[in-house]
Amino acid sequence: MLAELLLHPVLVLLVLTNLKLLGSSQPGSCIRATRWQGCLLGLLPFLAHSEDLTWRLAAAGLGTLALKGFVLPSLLSRALRDADTTREVETPAGYIWPLLAAMGAWGLAFWLGEQLPLAHAPSNLLVPAAFFAILSGLFLIAGQKPAVSQVLGFLVLENGVFTFGIGAVPETPVVVELGVLLDLFVAVLVMGIARFHIHGESGRREPDPWPGLKD
Amino acid sequence: MSWTALIPPLLALGFAPLLPGIINRTKAKCAGRDGPPLRQAYFDLWKLLHKGAVYSPTASWVFRAGPVLGLAAVITALAVAPWGGFPALAGFRGDWVFLACLLGLRRFLAVLAALDTGSSCAGMGASRAIHFSALAEPALFLALAVVARKTGPYSLAEMFASLSPWHWVQSGSALALAAGALFIVCLADNSRLPVDDPDTQREPAMIHEAMVLDHGGPDLAFLFYGAALKLWVLGSVLVSLVFPVHPGPWWADALLALGGMLALAVVIGVVESVMARLRMLMVPQLLVGATALGVLALLLIAR
Amino acid sequence: MLLALLLIPFLTGLAALVVRPPGLRRALLPAAAAAHSAVCAAAWFHPPAPAGHGWLALDAPGQLFLSLSSGLFLAAACYAVGYLRRETQAATPPEDGLGFEPVPEAIFIGSLLWLLAAMTLVAVSQHFGLLWAAIGATSLAGAPLICFRGCRRSWEATWKYLLVCAVGIALALLGNFFLAVASAGAGAPARSLLLPELLAGAAGLNPVWLKAAFLLLLVGYGARMGLAPMHTWLPDACSEAPSVIFALLSGAVLNGAFLGILRIQQVCGAAGLGGFGRELLVLFGLLSIVVAAICIPGQADYKRLLAYSSVEHMGILALGVGLGGGAGYGAFLHTVSHSLAKAMLFLVAGHILFLCQTQLAAQVRGVRRLDPVAGWLWIAGFFAITGSPPFGLFVSELVILQAAIAQHRWVVVGVYLGGLALIFRGMAGVMLNMAQGEPDPRHARKDRTACLLANAPPLVLGALVLVLGLYLPPGLKEVIREAARLLGGT
Repeated sequence: MLAELLLHPVLVLLVLTNLKLLGSSQPGSCIRATRWQGCLLGLLPFLAHSEDLTWRLAAAGLGTLALKGFVLPSLLSRALRDADTTREVETPAGYIWPLLAAMGAWGLAFWLGEQLPLAHAPSNLLVPAAFFAILSGLFLIAGQKPAVSQVLGFLVLENGVFTFGIGAVPETPVVVELGVLLDLFVAVLVMGIARFHIHGESGRREPDPWPGLKD
Repeated sequence: MSWTALIPPLLALGFAPLLPGIINRTKAKCAGRDGPPLRQAYFDLWKLLHKGAVYSPTASWVFRAGPVLGLAAVITALAVAPWGGFPALAGFRGDWVFLACLLGLRRFLAVLAALDTGSSCAGMGASRAIHFSALAEPALFLALAVVARKTGPYSLAEMFASLSPWHWVQSGSALALAAGALFIVCLADNSRLPVDDPDTQREPAMIHEAMVLDHGGPDLAFLFYGAALKLWVLGSVLVSLVFPVHPGPWWADALLALGGMLALAVVIGVVESVMARLRMLMVPQLLVGATALGVLALLLIAR
Repeated sequence: MLLALLLIPFLTGLAALVVRPPGLRRALLPAAAAAHSAVCAAAWFHPPAPAGHGWLALDAPGQLFLSLSSGLFLAAACYAVGYLRRETQAATPPEDGLGFEPVPEAIFIGSLLWLLAAMTLVAVSQHFGLLWAAIGATSLAGAPLICFRGCRRSWEATWKYLLVCAVGIALALLGNFFLAVASAGAGAPARSLLLPELLAGAAGLNPVWLKAAFLLLLVGYGARMGLAPMHTWLPDACSEAPSVIFALLSGAVLNGAFLGILRIQQVCGAAGLGGFGRELLVLFGLLSIVVAAICIPGQADYKRLLAYSSVEHMGILALGVGLGGGAGYGAFLHTVSHSLAKAMLFLVAGHILFLCQTQLAAQVRGVRRLDPVAGWLWIAGFFAITGSPPFGLFVSELVILQAAIAQHRWVVVGVYLGGLALIFRGMAGVMLNMAQGEPDPRHARKDRTACLLANAPPLVLGALVLVLGLYLPPGLKEVIREAARLLGGT
């Protein structure tokens, strides 16, 4: 009963962290938001499947909590600190457009949630919340140029995919567990950032990920 | 209509200037000072009312009419505002649009008066005030729509009177989001800190203060009193949403609601003490963020 | 046998990290490739038994793609030995002097072998989750290969490659989740993502979720495969990566992602939603052809040119499968001949880069004078890749055209033919000019022994493409027919 009562607010908080990520322009606070997001995600299996909790699900939750709540954000903030770009980054998308896009994405996520009804969903907010995270991740990747934002965007996208996986597909845990591969991608991308900066001219310049490349 | 409908407007007229006093006292305490007495706002009003007004030769009747009509608009708004579960003096279907309209009218008159002087500072303040209030408006409407959708009736006083703690258990997250949006609107519309600094002495950083620079004497008193009443109106909407407890006897309701208003003033004071003013560039983001919260709340409720 | 196929490259990859002497380490590459190819060839005569509770099995499409990967890897491995030798001899400092160091050779060889292992896994996995992980692994294993040269630009290209692939892979994972949800009511005792079980219970799959799953998998794997709106990483990565890597990526790894799309199309077909998937494939296929036709004319960099040509051919594959019927047969045939032809062209391009030391097509002149074999191979490659007779691609493109005409889809026919014509014209302008004329003595360099080592693998590949156009071995034909039949074609 308590778990069911808590699930809804946790999903709403998940959505709010995405909103924060879209609205904020300081890498530090963005990383803090992803940290929160990871922790909330780790709670999901316990809240969504409180009655039929298996050891594997619990382990998946704890692993998510550790990995996405602590390890990846710490890696990211260390890469940023090494690169000395904790200051505010210029966002070409401006300050208001991301929020307006978030409202649009929110509507789209709800529409998709209605189109794809889930038979045994623990909460009717689960699918929209997952879609919203995915859409905001895509927006962060596409709309903002700094490398950090792109990694953050991918992390958010991945979190959205996991939200859906943990909430809706507990019977085939193998597929969910395979998703750790995505975290590997994040780690590699973070390593890429670190290398970009450590070997860059001064480290102060935010890397334009592909200045010389053209299509 | 029972006689109890008269209680909220009367209390508002009497106690509204107390709110700025409490906010200032809280800020002083947080900063380690004693601060002005709680009744300072009353003293200020008294002093201003006994002064004469000076009018610029270029100012027309618009400048003189602004403060009076603005005060009249807010007092009219008291007739429909919800407060502690009491029936409204003049509640009707859709009066929340009327309320927003009256508050907008007050701002419109203040802006006209400010522009009428031809002063550059006042014009700048007017432009900013219009910009920000236009952005805050959708958030207010969305937050009220959430409550209307949740409770059923479309009259402000009725819908807040039928709100109960059970609604919070049922869909707490949506109501919390609406309350958050409403709080931001409340801060922005009343020129409180993250948006506008009421204590600033620098014209370039002012919004509301810049608009009223040229008013003096009784006109300024009307403006101050109107601002206090506006804070009371928006605050009462917020308190009715966050604290929907109506034990029954009218005196208990009134005491609880009054306590809620005072608590809100303390909260605003604390917020003002711990936050710095946002850069002008970031204010629209905050307000659009409030709108986003409202949209989210409405979508949550609409399912 | 399947396990051996997986373990040979994986373990040699590990060994490559440990072995110290560079000569021995390089020798691991062709050795593992030869062993892998031998086992792979044996699988044609003795079909291997399924392994791992049915998760690993070799069906007709898998066999086709596996053999392609193995064969191309063998060619690439032979070429890579020479490449690594001359690369370490030259050891030029990075062009912009930013202090990026190149990827260590041990990691390069290890990643190459793991790429083979991942490609093998893609071909033999029968479980959608495993398939997904394998395709993800090919993306990861490709990253150190693309930034091998270690200059700033190659890091940027790798970054773009990783990001686009990562997003695609994440969306594909969501597609797998959707598939699991769709199979929730399928009647199977446990919700399983095994291909045979899904096909058996296809009638009970939830159509809405299945459609959504197909869309996500198409977009996700399409990004990996280089289908049109998601192709942006391909040209950048291609112009920065060593040519031998792109011979492999373009010829084999892109096909692997295509196999992922084929699997889900197979399920869609069994569930009665084949038409939905086919229409989308036709759309993406035509879009890819159009994008390639727009970008190819006037392309200054000949490696980017080849990358766009890959986009075009991936589009043709999608189009073929999308049209269905006889075109499915054409698509599989096209896969084979395109892989061989494209790998050959990339190897020749790498050799031209070595000879002329520039990627700008305008500065390359007279390859035929510099190295007659490479020059003629380049010209032959041009005719092969644009689908001219008598090469294999002509046959397969004709088969697909035939199917489109038979279905009276005139818009498709028009876009297809128009695109191919534009691409022929565009590629002719760039590639033929490179082969003809007088070489520029400032750039050109002559190295007889290098020519010999570099020309042998593409020569073999080119001969194979030619043979495919003239004569199709009955065994291969049978497998291609079987693969097309599994997809619902005839």
